[in-house]
Amino acid sequence: MSNEQLIEKLSSAYPDAVIKQGIQYPEITVSFDILHSFMQNIKSDTQLAFDYLVCQSGVDYPAFIQVVYHLESTTHQHFMVVKANTENRETPALDTVTDIWPTAEFHEREIYDLLGVKFNNHPDLRRLFLDDTWGFPLRKDFKDDIHVVER
Amino acid sequence: MAEIIEKIVTTDEIKTDEYLVNMGPQHPSTHGVLRLLLKLEGEIVHNVEPHIGYIHSGIEKMTEALSYPQIIHLTDRMDYLSAHMSNEAVCLAVESALQVEVPERVKYIRTIWDELQRLASHQLWWCASGMDLGALTAFFYGLRDREDILDIFEETCGARLTTSYSVPGGVMFDLHPNFQKSVKAFIKKFRKILPEYDKLLTGNIIFQNRTKGVGVLTREDAIAFGVTGPTGRASGFSCDVRKHHPYSAYPYIKFDEKLGTDGDSFMRWKLRMDEMHESLSIIEQLIDNIPEGDYAVKMKAVIKLPEGEYYQRVETARGEFGVYVVSDGKKTPYRLKFRSPGFSNLFAINHIAKGWKIADLVAIMATFDLIIPDIDR
Repeated sequence: MSNEQLIEKLSSAYPDAVIKQGIQYPEITVSFDILHSFMQNIKSDTQLAFDYLVCQSGVDYPAFIQVVYHLESTTHQHFMVVKANTENRETPALDTVTDIWPTAEFHEREIYDLLGVKFNNHPDLRRLFLDDTWGFPLRKDFKDDIHVVER
Repeated sequence: MAEIIEKIVTTDEIKTDEYLVNMGPQHPSTHGVLRLLLKLEGEIVHNVEPHIGYIHSGIEKMTEALSYPQIIHLTDRMDYLSAHMSNEAVCLAVESALQVEVPERVKYIRTIWDELQRLASHQLWWCASGMDLGALTAFFYGLRDREDILDIFEETCGARLTTSYSVPGGVMFDLHPNFQKSVKAFIKKFRKILPEYDKLLTGNIIFQNRTKGVGVLTREDAIAFGVTGPTGRASGFSCDVRKHHPYSAYPYIKFDEKLGTDGDSFMRWKLRMDEMHESLSIIEQLIDNIPEGDYAVKMKAVIKLPEGEYYQRVETARGEFGVYVVSDGKKTPYRLKFRSPGFSNLFAINHIAKGWKIADLVAIMATFDLIIPDIDR
């Protein structure tokens, strides 16, 4: 499916979601409450069939934390970026997609470790790289007097 | 008597308790500082839990305070055996964001270096996994032949491992006048040596018994766990970025994407051996046709990316490497995420190692080709 067809199909199915053609790939921002059902649909839909979660990253913005999913379909070879914003920055939480793509389990643990996003229904949400004495280093307001030197 | 013994062995009564054993972080076959917490019953593995982060260096956080040309030098330190490919990923991301078209010469040079780097990486993988499986001789041959490639790198850019040769807009220096001659000499020599590699290990019956059928990863699982590179392709998952999203000089050349069917340790082994032949043929197609011209375009002294998000994928020796850049228009990225192939590959091990013995786990890990700084970042 080409990028235009992809955008057309998604915008007719999800009129509430913000869909635009990004610099490289179609980008869709979905609300946190429909995230899980949306992800299930785009994987099971035979025309979309996004079965390969390439990359999952978290980005810290002033008002919320955004989790970005780079998805590819191995049958149709199309690529899409899905974004989900947490409701707030103080207690960020999103639904897990581990049951849809098993690789997400560890990407989500990494995001929890470095940005503090809690993933609901995650089978094993623990820190991955750091121990419990650390805060969430990838947040913009992270302060560490020992390891970080301000220029 | 025999009946009684058979009865005892087949009953559940002699099951031992499960116990936990740490494998690593100093275990020689964990290649660095990977710690696996094994749940064992006797010698049978029931669960593998990787504990990572021993050399987590916060590279993603560091990049938020560095300019793009400086970030290149950090990417070397992640997957040190695919240093040039990681450099290239950041360069391509910056170039596509600024819509800079690099000279043809640069594309050819980068692709040749990619393939030389892939060969060097596979050579080290070949010798180290031979050692993991108990064949120490392989280790010396592999390291001996890898020297030739590192010497070629050193001749042009002065560095052997962390080359940092690609910069935004081109490469750091022009090729050394001897480059073509040395590469051709290397190809001629290595074409003769590769069959010896097969003779030494691939055809060895002990080696085959230790790898054939061990740790089968199905195509569905490879996709679900995001296992890419030779490991994923051995399961039949067509995931070669060079083929599906060609960059640099890959659109100009003919090469096959090798695909396996079995997905066992031996197939992963075989696939990398085949890839070495393929890399040699890619270099042969390019080495005589390097166009004349500039080796870099002039870039601004301070590189600022326009506001937006960019994702660049390249194929390293281990699989798909991705750079996700979020720029807010300043000279440093707002957020930069590396999608490292080893990270996704590592966590598929638990899924396929269950029910095998510890020695088989070593075979699985050897053929997964894990580089720990790539996982920990």
